[in-house]
This record gives sequence, structure tokens and C-alpha cells, in this order.
Amino acid sequence: MTELTWQTGDTWIVATGVVCAMACALIGNFLVLRRMSMMSDTISHAVLPGLAITFIVTESRAVVPMFVGAVLAGILTTVLTQWINRFGQVERGAVMGIVFTTFFAAGLLLIEQAGDRVDLDPKCVLFGALELTALDRINLSLGPYEITAPRALIVLSFALILNLLFVAVCYKELRISSFDPELATTLGFNAQIMHYLLMVLVAVTAVAAFEAVGSILVIAMLIVPGATAYLLTDRLGVMIAASMAIAAFCAASGHLATVVLPQWLPIKSVSTSGMMATLAGLVFLVTALFAPRHGVIARRRTKLKRKPWNSERKNSFPFDEKRTCA
Amino acid sequence: MTRTIATLLALGLLIAGRSPSGAAELEAPLPNSDNPAEFPPAAAPGFGEALWEILTLKNYNTRLVILSTSLMGAACGLIGGFLLLRKRSLMGDTLSHATLPGICLAFMFMVALGGNGKNLSGLLLGASLTGLLGCASVLVIRQLTRLKDDAAMGIVLSVFYGLGIVLLSIIQGLPQASAAGLQSFLYGKVASIIFADFIVIALVTVASIVGCVFLYKEFRMLCFDEVFAATQGWPVHLLDIVMLTLVAAVTVVGLQAVGLILVIAFLITPAAAARFWTHHLGAMLAIGALIGSLSGWLGTVLSSLFPRLPAGAVIVLTAAFFFLISMLFGPAKGVSIRLIRHRKLKRKIAKQHLLRAAYEWLEIHDAGQKPEPADNRTIPLESLLKARSWTPRSLQRQLRSAYNHALLERYDSTGLVLSEAGFRQAARATRNHRLWELYLIENAAIAPSHVDRDADTVEHILGEALTRELVKLLPARQSASLDAVPGSPHPLKRNDD
Repeated sequence: MTELTWQTGDTWIVATGVVCAMACALIGNFLVLRRMSMMSDTISHAVLPGLAITFIVTESRAVVPMFVGAVLAGILTTVLTQWINRFGQVERGAVMGIVFTTFFAAGLLLIEQAGDRVDLDPKCVLFGALELTALDRINLSLGPYEITAPRALIVLSFALILNLLFVAVCYKELRISSFDPELATTLGFNAQIMHYLLMVLVAVTAVAAFEAVGSILVIAMLIVPGATAYLLTDRLGVMIAASMAIAAFCAASGHLATVVLPQWLPIKSVSTSGMMATLAGLVFLVTALFAPRHGVIARRRTKLKRKPWNSERKNSFPFDEKRTCA
Repeated sequence: MTRTIATLLALGLLIAGRSPSGAAELEAPLPNSDNPAEFPPAAAPGFGEALWEILTLKNYNTRLVILSTSLMGAACGLIGGFLLLRKRSLMGDTLSHATLPGICLAFMFMVALGGNGKNLSGLLLGASLTGLLGCASVLVIRQLTRLKDDAAMGIVLSVFYGLGIVLLSIIQGLPQASAAGLQSFLYGKVASIIFADFIVIALVTVASIVGCVFLYKEFRMLCFDEVFAATQGWPVHLLDIVMLTLVAAVTVVGLQAVGLILVIAFLITPAAAARFWTHHLGAMLAIGALIGSLSGWLGTVLSSLFPRLPAGAVIVLTAAFFFLISMLFGPAKGVSIRLIRHRKLKRKIAKQHLLRAAYEWLEIHDAGQKPEPADNRTIPLESLLKARSWTPRSLQRQLRSAYNHALLERYDSTGLVLSEAGFRQAARATRNHRLWELYLIENAAIAPSHVDRDADTVEHILGEALTRELVKLLPARQSASLDAVPGSPHPLKRNDD
């Protein structure tokens, strides 16, 4: 093996990727549990016009207006999806498809119209530029300390902290409303408000991750670690921890692969964010096959065991002659 | 129908190929081929002239592009209808994202074989292969793990797309080939369509349309009752695969126009819009195809008229506009038509409540005698007000409306007099109410004291045929004539005490 060419930039990229993946995975758990995974698809596409309008109005990439625009777009998408679903009586999946494509198309149109005034590349929207985020550094003074870190990393750390706070504060409410919305309502929590809060946070996370991974790979970051962890455990706390560990592993090893692969294979460069998603897919595949209780192989085994002709307890089945008809 | 399609195709080919200088223009460099987002044919001298040129399909390029997008729109709108009814809309999204690695692999494969890698048929074949593989993965994940549809689709969509991005970045680093053509699949690039591409597009779309027409009956069965189809011996899984293959075929062709992110809109938005116009499947599919081709046509025209309008986005927005219009004004399921129906029903219910309250007042105050229309008694509003939760204002509004419909002889702020027609309708409303009450007492074992409220919700929708049916089920009513009003099974409350 040739030696590893590792630079400071790589460390920043890994840090950004790991924070991004962890922020996404944390909130993504609840999307998987609520069977709303495709809502991440909808919201991550639909924030584009929010971003574009914010860029056009403020002509800058200031963090706060960007988040405000994203949150508004996210809420609008959620509300619109529910309205069309209810008043138009259109199936939910179709509504989501219609709403996000319309929003995304509007966003593209705005970006094209604004042209050079907008610092947003339509291609970057699709797969992000994690490699470039390390170059755009800003200074941050925290009391006596002066930190110079990539802008994306700071924004994503903010999103991660926000998500952590949300999950820590609303853990009980989130858990009840995810598993049993009716019970949550009878207990006095407003499941609807939890739903909207979750959607807002998905929008915030999607925007924070936008620059780094683009609007589609963020779905991989949101859904795949949560879904993988869901196959590993039946406890919510463990699932959240596992999903974040998986996310961090995929992000770090994804970048490692982009550094290592070009040395082994006759290729020039590999997209970091794409590699992260691919590795997440591989981890999911392995887990789905070999997970201890919910994996495909384990399930197949239990199924075989349960069949009467494979069971040692064949004769203790309820239909044998030992059963007395009282 | 098949013949019509064949004729249309022939016509399309004729129009596309009849360019006097077609061959020369084929060789000419395509306008703005380095900019994927734009499609103005050339710097137009004047707006009106440009509009005329595009509408009359004078420019050879414009003609090809507009024909292609309209054809794609028609095919997508048609097959999207089945996808929508099968509740698989987002499966189309997964499929379209999963085409990216296929496109890249096909490109690499063709380059490795020594070709130029940009053969459209090859790219589309690769795209449909991984697209179908993506769909199969969703089904497998759903079947074999405890994850549900949504997570399976999210995983497949994003991971396949991620793989595609990896392959794309590898291709960009390849020395021998430029990947510029592949990027156009992301956002679509109608301007780059050449005659050979058009032939591929036309063949695929027409083949899928013909396939849909031939398998109409089977697909209808699959959409509405899969289990019944299976019990009848239809090869459900095979049909499912055929349907997904057709979806994949139109999707990969649609990629050209709107790109793989937005092609899902081309599939479901026209179909969902068509659903508001009709309750008939055939009509819905036809309307979907029409809306699809209209969006394709209008979107392309608009994007070529104005600068900086990417064709794919404009097509999607046009389709969304049609969806909005359909949702608001569609005559079968549109929001406004349903609102109007709802208000009509509410008015009818309020009218029947008023009439029945009046009839029952007459019954009580005629001391057991059947009321007669000739009685012409004035019914005091005060006792009517107590019969239901009416406010004086809403009661007045009801009275005015009833008077306008000639149900009242006269009314003022103290009382009302039923007209002859009003009396007849009141008797009928009361009869329906009582018949339903009797039916509930007899067949649903509801106590007579509780039956009033239950009957109240149903009596308004009892038609003539249902009333006859009811009478047949009630042995006690067999001898009486249909119009006779049965006595109330529970004591009526006197409201004026």
C-alpha cells in the first residue's frame, strides 16, 4: 500500500462530514420510526426556493436569514402536503411528489433567473461539494479562544447542537408521539406540534447539510443510519446511539476511501459525499443480512425453527393426541 | 386506437423529417450546447417573430424538441395514471434516481469497448437496468426486513444516487472521455436532442403507449383489486414487472426532457390532475396524456421564448399549474365542485328539517288527526325555534329560502303557513324519517326513545327506490300506501308548553 496523503484539509472534511452525518442521523431516526422517510426527500428538495429567495433578497450567505428561509419553506411544504392530501383527496405519496418537484423547479428557475447574483451552482445542489467546504474558513471567537474553522462545519455543528437539544428536551414526547400518536393526544401532548417541530428541524438540518452533500445525498444521511440501527435493536435510546455511530463511521470511512481509492485504482478523484452514501448503503446491506435478530439470515433461521417438522417439540403441538378435550 | 397512434407517429415522423434543409441543420452545431439549462433556438430578432416561428414549428430544431417533449409528456401522463392508482407514485422517484449509476456504467462500458460512450440507446438501456434493479431492491427490502415502504424507498433512492455520483466523479477524471453529456441527465437538456435521439424517444414512447393500450384490462385489474386478480389466475407478479418496465421505459426517456430529479413530476402530476376531471379510468388516462403533452409543449415553448428559463423546470411548473387548476375546478373531484355539492346537501337537509318540524307541529296540534293540506294553520315560529338548535336569524334565512321555492304560503316574524307543495314535501320528509325509525327499531334493535337522532342523519338521502325497499322490509307497513305517513314510534315533544 502506498502511503496515505493526508492533509489538514482532509481533517476538516472528515470533521464536517461526521458532524453532518450525525446531525442528520439523529433526526432521521424519528422519520424512520414515523414511516415518514420520504418526507425527507420532499423537504430537502423543497428548501431550494427558500434558499434561492433568501440569497436573492439578502445577496449574501448569512446564516440566520438562510435558516429562516429554509424553515419557512419547510413549514410551507408540510402544510401544503397536508392540505392537498386532505382537501384534494390525493394520495399522500403523490402529493409529496407533486409538491417537492414544483418547489424544486421553482427554485431552479429562481437560481437561473438571478444568474450571477446567486452564489449557488445548480450542480452543487445535487451532490454538494464537501471537498470545497474545507476551503471556505471563517474565524470564530469564543471568549479567549480564536477558532478558524470551515463555515460549513460551524453551521453544521450548530444544527447538531440544535437537534441534540430538541431530542434531549422532547425525548419523552417524541417517543410517545412516534410510536402511538393517539396515546400522545389522549395524554395531552400535541402530536401535531411534534410533527411540525420535527419537520422544521429536518428543514434546518437539510439546509445546513446542503452545501456539504446536496439535496439528495442528505436523504442517505437522514434515513440510512436510522434504518440500519432499527434493524439492530428494539430500544429507542440504543437505536439513536447506534445510528449516530454508524453515521460517523460512514462519513469518516467514506472520506478515507476517497483518499485511498485513487491510489489503488486508475482513477483521478472520487466524490466524497457520494462515497459516504455508498458506504452507508454497504453498511445497511451487511446489517440487513447479518443483524442478530432482525437480519434476513436470523429471520430465516427462526422461521425454519418454528416450522413443526424442524422442531424438536413436534409432539407438543396443540393438535396431538396428548391434548385432552375437557 | 392502435391505428390512431400509428397514424400519429407517422405524422410526427413526417413533420420531423420534412425539413427542407434537415440534413444540413443536423450537422450544424446545436445552440447553447454547453449550457444545459437553456434552450433559446437563436437570438430572436423580435418577440412576436420568435413566437410565430415557434408556434408554427418553422425551426427544425424547435420542431424536434417540441415533438419530443410532447410525446414524452403523453407517454408519462398515460403510464403515470397506473402508477398513481397503484399508489406507487414515489416508486417512480426511486426509479428515476436509481437510473444514474446505470447511465454512468453504460457510459464506462461503451468507452471501454471503444465507442464514444454517448449512444443514447445504450445509456437508456443502462438507465432502465439499474432503475429496475432499484425498484426490485425496494421490494426485497420491504419483503425481507422489518423496514416499511418509505424507508426502503429512501434508502434505495439515496444510495443508488450516491453510487451514481461516485461513478460520475470517476468518469470526470477519465482521460479519454468527457462526461459533459452525462450531466445533462441530471437536469434534462432538450436542446441537445438530435434526429437519432428523436427516433429512439418516439419508438420507446409509442411502444409504451401501445403496451398500455393492449394491457389496459390487465392493468386496470391490477390497480383496483390485486388480490382478486390473483385469485382469478392472472399472473399478477408478471404484470407488475411489465408495468414497472413500462414505467422505467418512459422514465428514462423523460430524463432527457426534465432530468432525473424532476421526471417524477412528469409521471404523476398530469395523472393526478386528470383524476379531478373524471371517474372513468380510460378517460383519466387520456386526459393525463393530454395534460402531459400540453405541459411538455407549453413548457418547451415558454423556455425558448424567454432567456434563462431551464426547459425542465418550466415543464414541471406548467404541469403543476395544470394540477392546481384541475384541483380547484375539476368537474368530477375538484375542490370547488365538492364544496358546491356539500353546500347543496346542507341546504337540502336544513329545508327538510324545517318542513318536518312544521309537519310534526301540525300533527301535535291536530290532536291525533292526520294533518290535511287544506288546514292552512299558522305555525308559530316560537315552537319551531325550540324544535332544533336554530337561531332566529338562521330560521328566518331558512324561511326566506323555503318561501322562494314556493314551499310556504306566507311567513312573517311570528309564524308561517305551508303551501300545498310544501305540505307534500313535509309529509314525505316525515315519512322517510319515520320509516327509517321503524326500520332501525325492528332490524337494528334500537330503543324507540333513542331512534330519533340516528334516523336524523340518514333520512335525507333516502331516495324513492330505497323508500320502496324499506316499506317491503317492514311487514306492518305492507298494507298502507307508499305515501301514507306512519305515526311516530316515540312520543313527540310539544314545544309550546
